[in-house]
Amino acid sequence: MALHCRRACRQYLLHLAHDNVDFRLPEIKALLSLRKRPFDTSETFSEKSPFWQLNGLSEDDIRRVMSRTICGKSSFELWGHGTTTDELRTSLLKYPAENMAPYLQQNSTYKINVYTFNKTLVFNNRIQKIDALDFLPFKGTVNLKDPEHIFCLLEDYGSDPNDIPEEPFHIYFGRWIADGQRELIRSYSVKKRHFIGNTSMDARLSFIMANHAKVKADDLVYDPFVGTGSLLVACSHFGAYVCGTDIDYNTIHGIGKASRKNQKWRGPDENIRANLRQYGTESLYVDVMVSDASKPVWRTNAQFDAIVTDPPYGIRESTRRTGSHKDIIKPPVDFSGESHVPVSMAYHLSDIFADLLNFAAHHLVLGGRLVYWLPIYRPEYCEEMVPLHPCLTLISNCEQTLSSHTSRRLITMEKTKEPEDSDRLSHLADPRFTPYQGHNSFREKYFSGLTKKNRKDAKATPRNKE
Amino acid sequence: MKLLTHNMLTSHVKGVTKGYPLIIKATEVKVNELEFNAQFVSRMIPKLEWNALIQAAEWLGRSQDLPSTLIPNYENDEEFLHKVHRILLEVEVIEGCLQCPESGREFPISKGVPNMLLIEDE
Repeated sequence: MALHCRRACRQYLLHLAHDNVDFRLPEIKALLSLRKRPFDTSETFSEKSPFWQLNGLSEDDIRRVMSRTICGKSSFELWGHGTTTDELRTSLLKYPAENMAPYLQQNSTYKINVYTFNKTLVFNNRIQKIDALDFLPFKGTVNLKDPEHIFCLLEDYGSDPNDIPEEPFHIYFGRWIADGQRELIRSYSVKKRHFIGNTSMDARLSFIMANHAKVKADDLVYDPFVGTGSLLVACSHFGAYVCGTDIDYNTIHGIGKASRKNQKWRGPDENIRANLRQYGTESLYVDVMVSDASKPVWRTNAQFDAIVTDPPYGIRESTRRTGSHKDIIKPPVDFSGESHVPVSMAYHLSDIFADLLNFAAHHLVLGGRLVYWLPIYRPEYCEEMVPLHPCLTLISNCEQTLSSHTSRRLITMEKTKEPEDSDRLSHLADPRFTPYQGHNSFREKYFSGLTKKNRKDAKATPRNKE
Repeated sequence: MKLLTHNMLTSHVKGVTKGYPLIIKATEVKVNELEFNAQFVSRMIPKLEWNALIQAAEWLGRSQDLPSTLIPNYENDEEFLHKVHRILLEVEVIEGCLQCPESGREFPISKGVPNMLLIEDE
């Protein structure tokens, strides 16, 4: 019993990046869930803290999570921790020597890093702190360039940059295991991508979405508002086969006006397929099609492992769908070969989300996830506005503020039930199953908010954040 | 357009009940070599409408020697999986159209991309 416990009872420390704070916990939970592991932490857990202690996991679990996470910076096998140096020392002396021994061998090399959150230390202070650890049985030789083992002393000086304490609130010491995938933010940057549009999702959020959706290798992922394919690019990086549809003919074909500042028209190699080719995942490209998301083209049993999408908010790209509308003038009926949208009508936001949830309920595999952005007018937001569906369970709801009066929320839902005929009437029983009320005029509220306030707010529009 | 996609598409013309599968009329077809992934092919096979796949292969003149019904234990038949991989993912319709079998309405395929948009009256 003790032997088994020794392995299983190891604690690990996650050091998380300090951006997209709300998105971190759902991401880590989703990645643990991919391994069928629970999120198990200490009683002192604070979601806002950059340091999380995880229990009940193996080193392999940690490595797998780190191979996917954008929110996680690095991970450590936790050897000791405390709120003071004395407590840390006591904790380290209690850590089983046989667990330390393999990494402190005489013929091995190592180095110790000092990391301080919310405080800068001078070089001498760092050296002092490392020296204070010499009670640990390090037998190997220090190698700063290319050590076999890296250890880290991490100090948490709180979250208030205007009130930095003399001593840290919490200190941790551990053996470095692996770093997260934050390098992808740079290597997949939209700035370097061949084909972009006004609303291309930035790399960081695209990968976070793929993680929230639990996308994995050999999955089939669909984006019904695919645009320039940013979300598909991220999903394909994790090995999923990808397909998408969009109502905009030009975007799907990669033609028309370019979004880059110094470029007038799009070049020949600018389309979604070319984006996947840029990152070496062209073999995972299935298809893109010109199609109206409100009129799905898929047969009844067509199923996807995940649906990851950013529906239009009606601000920088219009929301459109085909269909008749009294106020819209009919264009000439000339339907030969390639065509664009013959008649457009405003696709009311409430319909987009009702349709999307209904589509997901019918076309996701059981256990599959829908991840999408919901635009919010903040002064009127309440949790009841998040659309629900009897076949989908709400997993997470993370806010990204766009301006003082608008934000968008990343909604993750998981299909937990196959649709039955009775579900069609569910909205009569519970108001939360009715279309996303009060948001038809998101576009109006967004712009009315702008004109009411001073011109400066006009700068804070949803844009690619790097 | 790959046949994996075609297998999942149906005609959504108003009033049509027998809109599957869409008839493929190809004027340009390309075959690309794509990394073979047995796992993915095995996963997809049970999700396919097998008859529609055979039909689609015939329309493109590429029935090869695909069996008309799924063989049992196909997950372990490498040769079979390779054939399915080829027909599902490597064969692409570049130009042509998809025709609704009931209404006759045609959806054009241009540069490999199908255009499934309907006009308002449809």
